Amino acid sequence: MISLTKILTHAFEKDESHVHIEMKEKPYSNPYLVGVGLGLVLLAAFVIMGRGLGASGALSTAVAVTVNKIAPEHTSQNNFYKEYIGDENTNPLMDWLIFQTLGVLVGGFISGIISHRVKKGIEKGPRISSKMRLIYAFVGGGLLGYGAKLARGCMSGQALSGGAVLNLGSWAFMMMVFAGGYAAAYFMRRQWI
Amino acid sequence: MNAPLFKFEYFNTDVSLIIAFAIGIAFGIALEKGGFGRATILASQFYFTNMRVLKVMFTAIVTAMLGLYFLSVVGFVDLSLIYLTQTNMLPMIVGGLIAGVGFVIGGYCPGTSMVAVATGKIDAVVYVIGMVFGIFIFGEMFPSIENFFNSGFMGSVTLPAYFNLSYGFVVFLVVLMAIGAFAAAEWGEKKMAAKAGKEKQ
Repeated sequence: MISLTKILTHAFEKDESHVHIEMKEKPYSNPYLVGVGLGLVLLAAFVIMGRGLGASGALSTAVAVTVNKIAPEHTSQNNFYKEYIGDENTNPLMDWLIFQTLGVLVGGFISGIISHRVKKGIEKGPRISSKMRLIYAFVGGGLLGYGAKLARGCMSGQALSGGAVLNLGSWAFMMMVFAGGYAAAYFMRRQWI
Repeated sequence: MNAPLFKFEYFNTDVSLIIAFAIGIAFGIALEKGGFGRATILASQFYFTNMRVLKVMFTAIVTAMLGLYFLSVVGFVDLSLIYLTQTNMLPMIVGGLIAGVGFVIGGYCPGTSMVAVATGKIDAVVYVIGMVFGIFIFGEMFPSIENFFNSGFMGSVTLPAYFNLSYGFVVFLVVLMAIGAFAAAEWGEKKMAAKAGKEKQ
């Protein structure tokens, strides 16, 4: 019995080390090259569609459609929801940003698989518990959702896309994101470093 | 002028959704390759230890900006047909500050959180749930903040129009600024690495 356990443990360890070698993460690409690639994707969006990239818009549509399903009376009184739901002739889910965001999920997954970087886990610094990290993730996501809606876009729609077309408000937004981030960084240092 | 192609009706809305999906895939691949599917990498931007966010973002902005400018100068793209989000200065400033604070607390921005979800990060799943909650709160509060949301309206305005400079000159200034930022980022990373090395000894 003992020897069987030994053999099994041995086999498992061997197997794990084998998997480990096979699944070794590839390093991330040169940031300037990635930047050129991302810039060309953005340029393609402008040239083909006349609009940039986005991310928070798809979730806004999802929220508006859900609230509208539950309480249509309620959304009809609200200009924010109304804008995302549109009129009866259009399906709000057949939307550019929804399809683009689905593409981001697929593209991220493909790239992650190819480079062996798809791994279940929690991203955090060494000095914080997983539970605290998840609480912060929820709070941060909530702030981002709220802030992005107030600013008419997020880092993709405003900072990146608006930045490239020299939009005044987008540049103001971008500066404020960095300002807010650096101002709050000190208080969040235990989460990350 | 032939572009933006969609505006010149080279294809219909149904086709545009397929294009949206394809462009999204390329966007997702670029973000993942940049390391933006990991909150620890994104957050390190704010501790000057890894300036990838700034490098990727400014390189992308400069690439797309130069490409657009070139294509408009040669007469291929009509810049006036490219969508410009209207500027409402005060809500954008406040929204930007909230988003910046949320970035450091949450570790992601909306686009990068999608890539992190796709590559298995649990914290990103929770982050997205938080984002949905934040958007819902915003939606529920909207009637009471609608006036503020629409305040400071300046229309669709570009930096060249606002500062009364030529488009090409602002493009040049942004390129200069980006080069300066890259130099500062490389220098800062070396400094931080040297400091970290000393602390270890």
